[in-house]
Amino acid sequence: MYNAEKVIPFIIILIIFFTIPMWLNFGRLEAIPQPELPKEEKKCVESKEYMRAYHMKLLDNWRKKAIRENQHLYTASNGKNYTISLQRTCMKCHTNKEKFCDKCHNFVITHPDCWDCHIAPEVAKKWQ
Amino acid sequence: MNALVSFIIFGILVAIPWFGVRVLGWESLFGIVIPYVCFLVFVIGLIYRIIDWAKSPVPYKIPTTCGQQKSLSWIKRSLRDRLENPFTTWEVVLRMFFEVVFFRSLFRNLRADLQGKRLIYGSAKWLWLGAILFHWSFFIILLRHIRLFTNPVPEIIQGLDYLDSFIQSFGVPPIYITDILILAGLTFLLLRRLIDSKVSYLSYGSDFFPLFLLLGIGITGVLMRYYFKVDLYAVKQLTLGLATFHPTIPEGAKIGTIFYIHLFLVSTLAAYFPFSKLVHMVGVFFSVTRNMPNNNRAVRYVNPWEYPVKHYTYYEYQERFKDKMIEAGIPIDEEVQPEEEHEWYSLYIVGSKLPPKIKS
Repeated sequence: MYNAEKVIPFIIILIIFFTIPMWLNFGRLEAIPQPELPKEEKKCVESKEYMRAYHMKLLDNWRKKAIRENQHLYTASNGKNYTISLQRTCMKCHTNKEKFCDKCHNFVITHPDCWDCHIAPEVAKKWQ
Repeated sequence: MNALVSFIIFGILVAIPWFGVRVLGWESLFGIVIPYVCFLVFVIGLIYRIIDWAKSPVPYKIPTTCGQQKSLSWIKRSLRDRLENPFTTWEVVLRMFFEVVFFRSLFRNLRADLQGKRLIYGSAKWLWLGAILFHWSFFIILLRHIRLFTNPVPEIIQGLDYLDSFIQSFGVPPIYITDILILAGLTFLLLRRLIDSKVSYLSYGSDFFPLFLLLGIGITGVLMRYYFKVDLYAVKQLTLGLATFHPTIPEGAKIGTIFYIHLFLVSTLAAYFPFSKLVHMVGVFFSVTRNMPNNNRAVRYVNPWEYPVKHYTYYEYQERFKDKMIEAGIPIDEEVQPEEEHEWYSLYIVGSKLPPKIKS
């Protein structure tokens, strides 16, 4: 092999680059956070599977309906009606943003802009 | 035709995980086994290719140059000359850096066209633009995916993700800028091969296939983020499991089939990578017209093919023709010494450590 003094470090750098996640996790891996589910209520607006994957679409849709179309009633797929409101409907059961929303959002790194306008209940309490 | 065959192969590759997960329910095969195997093939394949290249001798110093080479002290060289005609290792490093990061040589891409009977050359930066859009977006997307493989996610990756998704005007989840750019770049690169008849004529199936594969990965990724949403919490449990060598298919949460299609296409890309044109990612560093300094006149370059050749020394010559020399009255040098014995070698044969001996 020619230029081994350059080629071997190159191979090592390449391997390190493609296994970066392993090195980043090394010694600082944290347990997967569990979001705190409401104890009283068992059923959400839509099915569990739908909410897990599509809740942001639903909320975005709610926002459009409430703010742009002045509709404040959402009819779920099972026929039940809900008031379109993040703070009065969602947060009624999921009372704590930090223990529910943030758990997953911080885990998978998303940057939802809900709280640019809305105020989380625990923050509201602080100011009251 | 080439494009069609590649597309059919690509279609089959999409159908495999769809069938495997949707119909047969082999989540752990497509979520754990195939990604691991393909990643291993990727790494070992790359190392194999690197060593294979590193074993190939470079007989001559052949950097391509288009700037003033280092010469007498009063001949001025600008920074441009230093990049185009590097003399020191540092200049080579700088040249390689600009080549790898900004595709400097592709920026010189020309286009030839017939205008009536006249052949006209003109600047053609579109290829460079398409290439740079694709490559940089792909690199950033690759880095961004670290968020799925680490916990906690490093701040710098969080920042990158935030910057990439800062346009919040197109709904939730916010659109990634690189998602748009990579699809734009790839679409251009594909259309170029399909529409431009000259390039189309030169394109093999192995040119189309990576483009279909990358577009497939991009499109499934985009669909998964914006339309057919998957449970990202469960996805990260799976991916984090892969990165920490505790692979699990999350129970109680069903990940959409589109995720497995995306993952399977990425795995295919990884396994295909070292054995295709895509390995130019590594090959660019071994490109001898770029990675050598043009210092022929200052530093002797020894061809690795060179081997000790037996010379016919004057002593041997004299011994052989002594009689004839005396006959012709040519003076004999009595003091000439027999030199060290050499072996006879002939042509170099690729792969053999020492050139074969030829018996005289």
